[in-house]
Amino acid sequence: MMRTAIRMLIGDKTKCLGLIFGVALSTLLVCQQVSIFFGLLARASSVVTDVREADIWVMDPSVTTVDAPFALRETALQRVRGVEGVEWAVPFFRANVQVRTREGTLENAILLGSDDASLVGVPDNFMLGSIEDLTMPDSIAMNPAGFRLLFPGEELDVGRVIELNDRRARIAAIVDASPAFSANLSIFTRYSLATQYTNNGRNQMSFVLAIASNPSAIDDVTSRITETTELKAVTSDQFRLESILYILANTGIPVSFGTVVILGVFIGIAIVGLTFNQFISENIRQYAALKAIGVRNLRLLVMTLTQALFVGTIGYGLGLFAASQFFNWPSKNVDALRGFYLLPEVAIGVAILSIVIVFTSTVLSMRRVLVVDPATVFRG
Amino acid sequence: MTSSLETPTQPPEASASLAVRCSAIEKSFAAGEQRIRVLRGTDFIAESGKMNFLVGPSGCGKTTLISVIGAILRCESGELEVLGEDLRSLKNGRLADFRLNNLGFIFQQFNLLPALNAEENASLPLVAQGVSTSKAERLARVLLERLGLEDQTKKMPNQLSGGQQQRVAIARALVHEPRLLICDEPTASLAAASGHTVMELLRDVALEGDRSVIVVTHDNRIFEFADRISHMADGRITRVEHTHTGDVA
Repeated sequence: MMRTAIRMLIGDKTKCLGLIFGVALSTLLVCQQVSIFFGLLARASSVVTDVREADIWVMDPSVTTVDAPFALRETALQRVRGVEGVEWAVPFFRANVQVRTREGTLENAILLGSDDASLVGVPDNFMLGSIEDLTMPDSIAMNPAGFRLLFPGEELDVGRVIELNDRRARIAAIVDASPAFSANLSIFTRYSLATQYTNNGRNQMSFVLAIASNPSAIDDVTSRITETTELKAVTSDQFRLESILYILANTGIPVSFGTVVILGVFIGIAIVGLTFNQFISENIRQYAALKAIGVRNLRLLVMTLTQALFVGTIGYGLGLFAASQFFNWPSKNVDALRGFYLLPEVAIGVAILSIVIVFTSTVLSMRRVLVVDPATVFRG
Repeated sequence: MTSSLETPTQPPEASASLAVRCSAIEKSFAAGEQRIRVLRGTDFIAESGKMNFLVGPSGCGKTTLISVIGAILRCESGELEVLGEDLRSLKNGRLADFRLNNLGFIFQQFNLLPALNAEENASLPLVAQGVSTSKAERLARVLLERLGLEDQTKKMPNQLSGGQQQRVAIARALVHEPRLLICDEPTASLAAASGHTVMELLRDVALEGDRSVIVVTHDNRIFEFADRISHMADGRITRVEHTHTGDVA
């Protein structure tokens, strides 16, 4: 009877396509929005993600996100280095700056300054140049999206000079950093040079990056740093989470994306539900005939759920394919969309959501099948 | 045509076996705040191996009576025995099983599934019984060939004429070899010649074995196919004719 159910469904091509389209549209919408949402959250903590060498971040107790640091005294570095269990500690600088483009306009940028000696915090995947090039005077590294922002239409290149807060900066390397939340342009340089570019006064250190002598005792070390220095010390994972939670709590992003996702689900239920309801209405006499023949309600229910599963599977597949193509092409070609991926977890979640959509729609329409009077077939 | 008369519940011969025996059947429907009594103490019998016709004016309760006999509607009171089973004692699920295993239906509007071809439509009861699709379709094909549709087995209902569709419906009603066949106005949607052909086929194919056939009809052109005609009026059987015994009243 399952085959009969599928044949009944595909026999009505318009309804079948409508149902598949409804599920596909809903899948595409929810996949796309949820993936962008998670992409934005990943951007919120991208600076922490890119600092792979350190596993402890020390900051002013008032700091709740990596994008809004509060300057520490220079002595904080020595105090952290003095805590038992700290293998090493280095300063780290983060600030928002403006860069003048060739056209004279200003672009926001994130300036990151790494310890002069170790350059801890500079991403390691260099596309042009090398980390050693950052030791040269006025040298900076830049992400490719930032380069294309400043030099639209030009090939990635090193050696160009830009103006950073009225100071000269030479692009010595292009580094493939994770896309950031607050700006498309990320600049990496030495700590000493970064502080000169901003010149914000005596206290300029944003964070102290540290690593525990014994990685398994990292929680003890962070607690000890907090107790000893009265500064906030957290692990990289904790700080990444805090930065994400800050975005969730202080921006309209969750509400905005959540609304679209909920709308996507409702649109799916509305399209699938109405189309399925119409399909059942137009075929109610066929269901009545099956009942008259002796097909039980339970079997009719299974038949209808089979139809739902059929359109759900095809619709979900098409929607998922469309969503994957949406992320596949732009993530390679549009800098603003870099870092947005269709995550497997999202695909699985949306699969469950699609099941909810088609089965909710089916159950809402099923009642008519269950209560239809088989005696209907005797009426001319 | 010769015929004889009897009282509605009295079998014509003491030895004749009964497929259906209804006695004092009551059935009413709600119409607003009132209830309309459609079956008013109806007595009806259908003999095995016979063409039992049920005739009467529109609204007299024929369709309701065959719905009750066909285990589709429940009556409110009276005795109802179909193929030796007391249908009033069966629960809904068992009634569905009873229909599936013992009854075949032919409807005025055919009610073929438009998305299935002729042999798929005809095989439906077997598939519903759990027979494999290939076996069910093979059996359906054999029956369709007997009904003269050997070249039409793969055609969709909308590619068949009314008469051909009704023959597919006959095949669907008989493919699982039911013991009772219930036909509701089987020729009403057909031209006279086509209707006559369908009735001939029905008599030839359906009356095999000990199967009983109940035909509800307005069409007096097909009365010649009846072995027994029960006349119904106002919710009761008023007269019964045995058309081949010479008894008339």
